[in-house]
Amino acid sequence: MALYSEKVMDHFRNPRNVGEIPDADGIGEVGNARCGDIMKIYLKIKDGIIEDVKFNTFGCGSAIASSSMATELIKGKPLSEALTLTNKAVAEALDGLPAHKMHCSVLAEEAIRAAIKDYYDKNGIAYDKAQFPDPDETEAR
Amino acid sequence: MEKLSTVYADNAATTAMSRTAVEAMLPYLDKIYGNPSSLHSVGQRAKEALEAARADIAACLGARPDEIYFTSCGSESDNQAIRSAAHLGALKGKKHIISTAFEHHAVLHTLRRLEKEEGFEVTLLDVHSTGVITADEVKAAIRPDTCLVTVMFANNEIGTVQPIKEIGEVCRAAGVTFHTDAVQAVGHIPVNVAEQNIDMLSLSAHKFHGPKGTGVLFCRRGLRLLPFIDGGAQERGKRAGTENIAEIVSMAAALKEACANMDENSAKLVKMRDRIISELVKIPHSRLNGDMAHHLPGTINMCFEGIEGEGLLLLLDDKGICASSGSACTSGSLDPSHVLLAIGLPHEVAHGSLRLSLSEYNTEEDADRIIKAVPEVVEYLRAMSPVWKELERGERKHLL
Repeated sequence: MALYSEKVMDHFRNPRNVGEIPDADGIGEVGNARCGDIMKIYLKIKDGIIEDVKFNTFGCGSAIASSSMATELIKGKPLSEALTLTNKAVAEALDGLPAHKMHCSVLAEEAIRAAIKDYYDKNGIAYDKAQFPDPDETEAR
Repeated sequence: MEKLSTVYADNAATTAMSRTAVEAMLPYLDKIYGNPSSLHSVGQRAKEALEAARADIAACLGARPDEIYFTSCGSESDNQAIRSAAHLGALKGKKHIISTAFEHHAVLHTLRRLEKEEGFEVTLLDVHSTGVITADEVKAAIRPDTCLVTVMFANNEIGTVQPIKEIGEVCRAAGVTFHTDAVQAVGHIPVNVAEQNIDMLSLSAHKFHGPKGTGVLFCRRGLRLLPFIDGGAQERGKRAGTENIAEIVSMAAALKEACANMDENSAKLVKMRDRIISELVKIPHSRLNGDMAHHLPGTINMCFEGIEGEGLLLLLDDKGICASSGSACTSGSLDPSHVLLAIGLPHEVAHGSLRLSLSEYNTEEDADRIIKAVPEVVEYLRAMSPVWKELERGERKHLL
C-alpha cells in the first residue's frame, strides 16, 4: 500500500521489541482505547542505561511501527539521550508518516517519557518537572 | 514476499467491471462518438444508444424511461434528489426532513448543509442495534411540515436492508416525497420503484460491475424535479452536460446482467457469506453487526475486541485479501464510523471492525482463504495489544 513508506511497513510487519518485561523498572502507557491508540512501553534500566525495552500497542499500522522504531532508537542508550528523542526523529527514522498519522509518533515519544518518569518516581530520583509535561496538555498545544 | 492471487472482498466500495459492461462500452469510445444532441446521423446513433440504455434501466427498476435521469454518480443523485425535494417543500413552507442516523455521507452532509445554511429541520431516526428501522417509526416522525423522507435501501457498511415498501406506503399516505439511496441495493436485491412506493431513487453503476463515474436518479413522473446543473437541455433540462454515452450504455448492460442473474448470484453469495460468518464468529469476543434477517446477500461486518481495524486491513492485504474497516484510522477522522456508532457500538469496539463484501466473482476458495486468514491476523494483533492483555487479565471489562 502506498499509504506508508517501506520502512513503516517493515516495522509494522516485523515489529522489533514486542512484548512485556515482567520485572520492568519503568512502565509508560499513553493514549486511550476510545481514540483507538494505546502504547505501553516497558524499560529495564541499569546504571542509567536502557538495557532492554519492550512495547505493546493497540492501534493502527503507523502506531505499531512508531512504537517499534522508538524502541529501536532508545535501546542501549543512556536515559539522558532517550529523553531527547522527539516524535520528529521517530517519524524521520521511518522515512516519514502521513500528516494525519504524525500523532502516532507523538504517542511513541510520550510513552517513552512516561516510562522514564515512572522509573524516576519509583526510585526516588529527582528530575526537572519541565521535562515531563502532561501528555494531555502536549496534545492540545 | 510470495505473490498471492487477490481475494477482492471490498465490493461495497466498488466492483470489478463485468466483461459484458466493458464490451458494451467499447464501440462508444471510438466508433460511435456522436453527441446525442446533434441532429445529424452520427449524433442520432448516440442518441439511440442513450435512449435504449434509459429504457433498459427503467425496465430493471420497474420505472418508465422518462423517469430516469443520468447523473455522474450516486452522490450526485442523492444531492439532487434531496435538494430538489427540500427546496420545493420550502416553497410551501415545509422545511422538515426525516432520515436515519446511518445514511451515506452524500445524504447526511447534504442534510447538514440544508440545516445549517437554509434553516431546515432534520430528524435522524435511531437505527437501533439491529440497523433496521420500521415504517411506524417513520410515520410517527412525519409532521405537517415534513417535505421529504430519505432512507437508504441497504446500508453500505453493515448491509442491513430497510422495509422500503412499507416506508414508501406511509409516505405516500401522508403526501410526503420519499427518496431512497439504493446504491448498495440495485442489482443485488429486488428493487421495483412502482411496487415499493418509491418517489425518488439514487443508484451508482460501479456497485454492480458497471463503470465508475455514472449513476441514475429516478424521479417519479408527476413529481417535480429541480435542475442540478444549469446549461443545455440534456436530461429534459434537469441535468445539463453532454451525456457520458459509453458509460451509460455500459451501466445499462451491467444492470441488465445483474438483474437477470440476481437469484442465482444471491443464492451463491448467501451460502458463501453464511459459511464465512459461521467460522469467524468462533473468534472469541467478536460480534456480527446488523440484523441478518434483513440483509444484503454479500456483506459481512464484524468487530473484534482489543484490536484496531487498520492493522487488520494491512495484514489481510499482505495475505492478498482486500477488505475495509470502520476504524478511525481508516475513516480519516478521530471517530470510528458513524454507522457503527449509530448501532450503539462503543468507540473501543467500533475501532476493531472489519467489512467483507463479496460479489459473485468470489469463489469458495476465496472464502477458505478469508476463513483461514482473519483469525490468524486477529490473534497476531491481539498478542501485541495492551488492551487485549488487560481484557484477558480481567483489568478491563469485556464489551463483547
